[in-house]
Amino acid sequence: MTKKILILLFILIPIKANALIEVDITRGNLNPLPLAVSPLSIDEESRKDFEKILKKENIGSEISTIVENNLRTSGLFNPLDKKAFLQAPDIANLKPRFEDWNLIKAQALITGKVNYVNDKLRVEFRLWDVLAAKEMMALAFTTVPNNWRRVGHIISDKVYERLTGEKGYFDTRIIYVSEEGPKTQRIKKLAIMDQDGANNKFLTLGNELVLTPRFNPASQMVTYLSYFKNMPRVYLLDIETGTQEVVGDFPGMTFAPRFSPDGKKIIMSFAKDGKSDIYTMDLENRIVEKITNHPSIDTSPSYSPDGKYITFNSDRSGYQQIYVMKNDGSDVKRISFGNGLYGTPVWSPRGDLIAFTKLHKGKFYIGVMRTDGSGERLLTENYYQEAPSWSPNGRVLIFYRETKTNSKGEGFSAKLWSIDLTGYNERQIKTPTDASDPSWSSLLSN
Amino acid sequence: MRLNKILKNTLLVLMACLALTACATKKEVSNVQGQMQGDVYTGTDTVEYLADGVPDRVFFATNESILTTASRETLRAQAGWLRKNPSINVVLEGHADERGTREYNLALGERRANAAKDYLMTYGISSDRITVLSYGKERPVDSGSNPLAWSKNRRSVTVKAN
Repeated sequence: MTKKILILLFILIPIKANALIEVDITRGNLNPLPLAVSPLSIDEESRKDFEKILKKENIGSEISTIVENNLRTSGLFNPLDKKAFLQAPDIANLKPRFEDWNLIKAQALITGKVNYVNDKLRVEFRLWDVLAAKEMMALAFTTVPNNWRRVGHIISDKVYERLTGEKGYFDTRIIYVSEEGPKTQRIKKLAIMDQDGANNKFLTLGNELVLTPRFNPASQMVTYLSYFKNMPRVYLLDIETGTQEVVGDFPGMTFAPRFSPDGKKIIMSFAKDGKSDIYTMDLENRIVEKITNHPSIDTSPSYSPDGKYITFNSDRSGYQQIYVMKNDGSDVKRISFGNGLYGTPVWSPRGDLIAFTKLHKGKFYIGVMRTDGSGERLLTENYYQEAPSWSPNGRVLIFYRETKTNSKGEGFSAKLWSIDLTGYNERQIKTPTDASDPSWSSLLSN
Repeated sequence: MRLNKILKNTLLVLMACLALTACATKKEVSNVQGQMQGDVYTGTDTVEYLADGVPDRVFFATNESILTTASRETLRAQAGWLRKNPSINVVLEGHADERGTREYNLALGERRANAAKDYLMTYGISSDRITVLSYGKERPVDSGSNPLAWSKNRRSVTVKAN
């Protein structure tokens, strides 16, 4: 479905200058870094070629707009208004007049150039430290023209990484459940889109109920729950080929699936006789292992990034709480001890935190705690929200939020939202329909 | 003196407010009271019948899967009807309200339907005739966002399978 991207990446001038600017990622958007994204310059001939192929009048400014939007929505950067720019894009890319950029208070500057070469899109870009009057980074990519959006995302990731010291999360996709129709009879479809909401596609038709899709961190596979033939079962879907298969042969409902960090196993719940236990299935040899064995509900399992531990949700204490155990099911420890109920634990890709949903006094919270349960921090409170999923760099959480209906039962909606780990920069992610159960992919390129 | 007067007035206003809110709450409670006991739905709004005098569903308290006296009565009626109709198989559809996480609710719906299944089995209905299917919070009957609507949605419904 998606063309395998072929990006030739080479560094024009490798630079390890002592940069003055640095963005402190832990401080949220209190002081977003002012930077200028100069439109990528393009020669007239290339511009016309791309206009013909991509139906975009100026692909250079389109790509820089993607970069600008990504950096702005991260909450860490403040892209300045282009109208204030004094230097033309092509000249700025050759040699910026730093005084001009300093004048409009830009601390960093992104410039670049687009060409049409041998049926390919060639993009080079440079990141400049305005105060130090130095080039911080210069990269060039060559790819098929259709990949132009991804080029914008990759540039954003490189800039983010150079300025924050951490990997970005822009060249990623979100898989989610699209929702339509009345609340009592929702039609749900699997849908996928780029992290910024572009390229939305539906992956199922809505004939059967589908829930909780999750990306394989190591490939473009997805696991999800489908009510195909009225039997709720965990399925595996290859989003490249569209092929799908049921996972395992269980005499009852399987649900709450997730991949192991290496992508080789699926961990999930199997419900039988009023009890739900956690199982794994090895995708290569199909061996099924029972991990928990308790008369309670054990569900929502999620591996630590090293695969050695599992966090999960259980009501063995009487109510929903969060637990951590070794990957063989031994050494079970409860870690949530605050007031209220806790659900949907998800281990951060950085390994240090577990994100969760909390219900307390009729309000729902998305929060994080350390893996031993200490340091609980609630990021957002609402009438209903749940199911956080981490950005691959562990800095942002995406989740879904539902609205309260009025006295006639009208006004229901479900939307995707994201929030920084800092608790700042809460924002809605626009989707063509109502949406729930988001799952964030790994970086598509590294 | 003046302060006293102000205080007195405020007190009066306060008391009036209290009286009003007390009335409002009482009214609401009594409205719901006919249809809920604790937080278990006891009304008949959504109930359908498998046969004369055989209601199709039982209701649960929040986060619970315990059968109430009324639920056991309903299930005994269902068991009697199933014994008289040995060719009919049933699906027990377990549901939860919207005030819980999706995955836990799937498990809770399964647990509720199994509570109903176990009871039917103690009254002589073979497990071969019963299929359990949890919908979690996916198929509410009442789209309201209030305790009464939620109580209608916490249910196990017995549906003919053939």
